[in-house]
Amino acid sequence: MHETDMTKALILTVKGWLAQQPEQATVERVHLTVGDFAGVEPASLQFAFQVQTQGTFLDGAELVIKKTPLIAFCHPCQQEYRPDIGRQYSCACCQSPMDDIRSGRELKIERVEFSQSVAA
Amino acid sequence: MHQTFDAVLEMNLLHANQAGADANRDRLDRWGITCLNIMSSPGSGKTQLLEETLRSLQAELRMAVIEGDMTTQLDAERLRKGGTPVIAINTGRACHLDSKMVAGGLHQFEHEQQPEAFDLMFVENVGNLVCPAEFEVGEHAKVALLSITEGEDKPLKYPLMFREADCLLITKTDLAPYLEVDIDKIVANVRQINSRAAIISVSAKTGEGLEDWYTWIRQTVTACANRSIAQMV
Repeated sequence: MHETDMTKALILTVKGWLAQQPEQATVERVHLTVGDFAGVEPASLQFAFQVQTQGTFLDGAELVIKKTPLIAFCHPCQQEYRPDIGRQYSCACCQSPMDDIRSGRELKIERVEFSQSVAA
Repeated sequence: MHQTFDAVLEMNLLHANQAGADANRDRLDRWGITCLNIMSSPGSGKTQLLEETLRSLQAELRMAVIEGDMTTQLDAERLRKGGTPVIAINTGRACHLDSKMVAGGLHQFEHEQQPEAFDLMFVENVGNLVCPAEFEVGEHAKVALLSITEGEDKPLKYPLMFREADCLLITKTDLAPYLEVDIDKIVANVRQINSRAAIISVSAKTGEGLEDWYTWIRQTVTACANRSIAQMV
């Protein structure tokens, strides 16, 4: 269950970012991108996030996970294709290995939505 | 009144681990040590392969091991018998080594040994085909093991590990006569996701293929040493 460690890393990153903000802010939503080819299970991440943020500065914040498909580029065929995860990764047309991954490897904190009190 | 804002971070989730891994690699480079991260599922033969390797190469290379184990020191004790310095790291509930744990191991290594006298460091990761693939520890190359008893489909089921590997060792080949396993199929499955890795079939029991594995190690150590020298001048 390394999603626990991933979540710890996520919380630390957001904490670091928050500390750099000049004004006090409340984090409302954290947007993650998780590729289908990353070694992470989004449902486990959600669960870990809920548990690990309880009673912290992120208590009540929402974790929004955008999944990206595995897309590879076949150089001999000069076209993108979608490997069949767990079955076939090489190009279905020419059998070339999956060398060039164009999407699906992401494990990224895209953005943070936060609220701040402003003078009316 | 409250207003909602948006901030773009675009940061890798494993940013902190990556930074730690880079720092470990810098340290190893300064000492002139090549580091290999050895990964596989439990029971595929990492420790026995290391026992053989340490025994065979100890006359030509000065080696040390960082041993990751969830709770015991059993593997570390096995490897120490040959006289090689072994730093044991109990990972507790963590199913992989991360760069911070290995940094602690390197610190201990520096304290107990003279690091500059060493050529090669093996990091024996926790037995697991999933997690270690995502956590770099500061290695110069990744070595994955797959024993032939695990089946031909494992590279397809756990692609990340086999894609990341610089060297894949197909182990326990002495068992081939007793199994219905097609080693060519294993190789073909690995090649679907990794066209560049060296693939070597070995048996630590009979010694088959080990010379090829040692040749790969020598080449990797030489390539690392040359790169370090190139960086210094």
